[in-house]
Amino acid sequence: MRKEEKFTGNIDWVTVLIYVALVLIGWAAIYSAVYTEGLSPFNTVGRDTTVNTGKQFQWIIASAIFAAIILIIDGKFFVTFSYVIYGVFIPLLIGVMFFGAESHGQRNWIRIGGFQMQPSELVKFTTSLAVAKYLSTLNVDIRRWRDKWIAFAIIGVPMLIVIVQGDAGSAIVFVVFALVLFREGLESWYLIVGGSVIFLSLLALIVPHLWYLWVAFSLIAAFLIYFNFKNRRLVYAIAGIALIASVYVTGVNFIFDHLKPHQKDRINVLLGKEVEKGKDWNIRQSIIAIGSGGLTGKGYLQGTQTKLKFVPEQSTDFIYSSIGEEFGFVGSVLIIGLFVALLMRLMYLSERQRSKYSRVYGYCVVSILFFHFLINVGMAIGVAPVIGIPLPFISYGGSSLLAFTLLLFVFIRLDSQRLEVLR
Amino acid sequence: MNKDLFQNRYNVVRIIILVFASVFVLRLAYLQLFEKKYDKIAFDNAIKEVEVYPTRGLVYDRKGELIVYNEAIYDIMVTPRLAKTADSNKICSLLKLTMEDYSTRMAKARQYSAHKASVFMKQVSLEDYQRFEESQYLFPGFDGQVRTIRKYPHNCAAVILGDVGEVDDNLIKNSNGYYKPGDYVGQSGLERFYEKELGGTQGKKFIYVDVHNREQGRFAEGKYDTAAIAGDNLYSTIDIKLQEYGEQLMANKKGSIIAIEPETGEILCMVSSPGYDPNLLCGAIRGENFKKLVFDSLKPLFNRATMATYSPGSTFKPLVGLISLNEGVQGEIYTVPCNGFYPFAGLSLKCSHHHPWATNIEYALAQSCNPYFWQTFRNAIENPKYTRIQDSYGQWSDYCRSFGLGAKLGIDLPSEARGNIPSINYYNKIYGEKGWHSATIISLGIGQGEILVTPLQLANFYAAVGNHGWYIKPHLVKTFQKVHEKREVKPDLKKNYATIDTRWYIPVNDGLRQVVEAGTAIESKIDGISLCGKTGTVQNSHGDHHSVFAGFAPKDNPKIAIAVVVENAGFGATYGCPIASLLVEKYINDTVASNRLAKEKKMMETNLLDKYALGKNMPVTNGHH
Repeated sequence: MRKEEKFTGNIDWVTVLIYVALVLIGWAAIYSAVYTEGLSPFNTVGRDTTVNTGKQFQWIIASAIFAAIILIIDGKFFVTFSYVIYGVFIPLLIGVMFFGAESHGQRNWIRIGGFQMQPSELVKFTTSLAVAKYLSTLNVDIRRWRDKWIAFAIIGVPMLIVIVQGDAGSAIVFVVFALVLFREGLESWYLIVGGSVIFLSLLALIVPHLWYLWVAFSLIAAFLIYFNFKNRRLVYAIAGIALIASVYVTGVNFIFDHLKPHQKDRINVLLGKEVEKGKDWNIRQSIIAIGSGGLTGKGYLQGTQTKLKFVPEQSTDFIYSSIGEEFGFVGSVLIIGLFVALLMRLMYLSERQRSKYSRVYGYCVVSILFFHFLINVGMAIGVAPVIGIPLPFISYGGSSLLAFTLLLFVFIRLDSQRLEVLR
Repeated sequence: MNKDLFQNRYNVVRIIILVFASVFVLRLAYLQLFEKKYDKIAFDNAIKEVEVYPTRGLVYDRKGELIVYNEAIYDIMVTPRLAKTADSNKICSLLKLTMEDYSTRMAKARQYSAHKASVFMKQVSLEDYQRFEESQYLFPGFDGQVRTIRKYPHNCAAVILGDVGEVDDNLIKNSNGYYKPGDYVGQSGLERFYEKELGGTQGKKFIYVDVHNREQGRFAEGKYDTAAIAGDNLYSTIDIKLQEYGEQLMANKKGSIIAIEPETGEILCMVSSPGYDPNLLCGAIRGENFKKLVFDSLKPLFNRATMATYSPGSTFKPLVGLISLNEGVQGEIYTVPCNGFYPFAGLSLKCSHHHPWATNIEYALAQSCNPYFWQTFRNAIENPKYTRIQDSYGQWSDYCRSFGLGAKLGIDLPSEARGNIPSINYYNKIYGEKGWHSATIISLGIGQGEILVTPLQLANFYAAVGNHGWYIKPHLVKTFQKVHEKREVKPDLKKNYATIDTRWYIPVNDGLRQVVEAGTAIESKIDGISLCGKTGTVQNSHGDHHSVFAGFAPKDNPKIAIAVVVENAGFGATYGCPIASLLVEKYINDTVASNRLAKEKKMMETNLLDKYALGKNMPVTNGHH
């Protein structure tokens, strides 16, 4: 296979373009979120959020340089050193718990010069490398129990450490690797059972009386059994599933009743149930901000909900509500469109890889970005739980921007070298 | 390269992503396109309507002297959430508070709201406020707020001017949202009666507030704001110098003075004694002082000039004479024998004066002869023109009412008593239609019995007599100056005519002149001023007689009509008359003649309050001077 002369020639410019668009939109949205009259977008002096735009600008420059460096490095480097990079990060992650700097109530930061960095952001990247490396190993078959457990361990170890660090939000992200495993052959019933568990849990919490569900399950089962009466095994299966479902919802209900009040509140807020005033403040204000945006929004820098600090964490976790308020339905859907386009493009690129490593890694990128998008936007519009994770490329924050840039550009680099048969 | 067995799952993942994205778009469509309530919620969140308070109108006296103005005072506000790091020791020493005080005040503010500002300390003095301001950087969360309170530089005329205080719940409820708790409105006197004029009109300002309720600029560049309209300036009819003088004369006595300019109905002064310094009801001290004044046994808040009613006593005699003259039941020349008593229907009616028989009305008035006016009254009631007493008394009482007696005159103050001219029905009810005769009601002839008048009505009656039969409703406002419109508004007032023929005022007024010149009030004669009037020594059930004088001066084209009541003080000539004459002299000559300064001093220094307190009685005199 002939080596490419110019490495730029094979870069997927569509992906890069969407990336640049998201980053710039994010920067503008951050400026609006922290805006006060006369604020320079490059201001980095002060002790409050007014420095966010200026600092984000510096991070964008850093990310651009970083991206360029990645595009120069041979993709083989990441392939070869996947396990090493992964391995180095595990002790580093443990180390910051003891030796790291404290910020926002969590001791999981590394401070270099004036900047702070959260290694837990990078762990998603290193884990992706390891997962890709492992699944592309010859003779590894995810359908086998032994290989399954190893894959789960690669994902589970960093996830556990992040949980221990107290950053449950970031830890949940690791669940999304299930999507990658699914693409590579994990049995469908994992997704079906997982999806069913989430669905039944929600049902158990939303439906006011348990016996509604018992009756409903019985009726559905009876209905199905009536039409499949001749197939004995199917009849048993249906009856069994109905029984398990009934027992499960009863169990969920029992556990919920024995939760601590603040945990109950959090779940109730998510489910849209009435809770004591103030507990659902963030979500309510975010929904008001987005809802008041209308079709075309209030105009750039004109949002009252965000400008007057009714929505908290506006430049980070709730950046989407600022966009929704100022650019309305058009702007909100545009962001969704850009993300969907990016994800579709990345999947398309993954599917055209000759190397299994690149494909698996591509799906890791897709899954992680998808999950962040799902939770962050879902939270802002009140359909997902309040989990404080950033909206990729848009939310304020150097660690996350650098980490997502790294994650994405390594794939772009791998894709640009797809014609060289790796391994 | 591994064989890819699961390429079809590409589509499954794609579908998952698209399904979630579609759910998001639907949710956004619901929130942003179909549900309209969020617009309003966001608006209510961020935009606050703030009242802009107008400045309250100033009050001037009839000569243009400023008698009520506004003074800036300072409230210290606190936002508890921001005040956590405030130097509480320092603030306590600046504002002279104890630490417990500080905690209770802070707790109260927190109870209202942790992140909204509320009053920490009301109405701090300018000095304290300036010291607070110098160190304000030490007190995050604390802030000053300027307000205004009323100031009354002459320390007098409290019952006229009234006071300003916080609105009550009733007014708030009925104001259609105009008033809010903590707003100030007039509570009594002119401040209350002319609240609409003096109070001005609140403006509105729309501002952005942030989540902590802090102002963040104006909404729509103030396009929807309305300016406050300042209250009208009030030019009062009061002569503040005369008012002060009247209050000095009435010091330590219970009673009232009211002086009216007969030509215009303008009230020149209105004294209710004991009074109080109107400044006592201003600012932070108001609540405590108000309580004290309410419970004071001498009732300083009670406006005796308009609210107290008395039997007019002998001051009523000119009206009795006028009615009989007008009815033609007796002439100007008419003799009633007086040997010190009046034999009538078995009643023992006495005259306390020893004087020759009165042969005409002038002399009868001058000597205040009781038998003369009993007879005069009988003549009117027993008038053969009428077949029934109901008709003759009805006619008689109508004459009284035509002078504004027995009904509210409509002075521009919040409250006024109506006095009493008993109705026909009243007597019918008590005695039966055939059960009453002139003897039954004979005491009306000398101003006793059921007849009650307010000092205001009495002064107004003498103004009408001085005018030969007409009066203009007594009032306290000359003009309103509408500051923003640069125009003046005068009250529209008409003449009210009494139903007595003008020619009968000539003998009666001659008689009233004689009272001062040669009669019961001779000691209060003023050189160069033709004071006319009538003394009264009014029997009452509360103790000693009230000392009363009512009159006008000069005799022709009178400049001042006056009524003075000194409660439980004895003869009319003892206090009522000298006080009235001094006030008239002061008003007309602007000074008191040197030969009368001793009298002035005596009046000012006389203290009757101990007497009221101890319940000591003056020697009882039986009669009407």
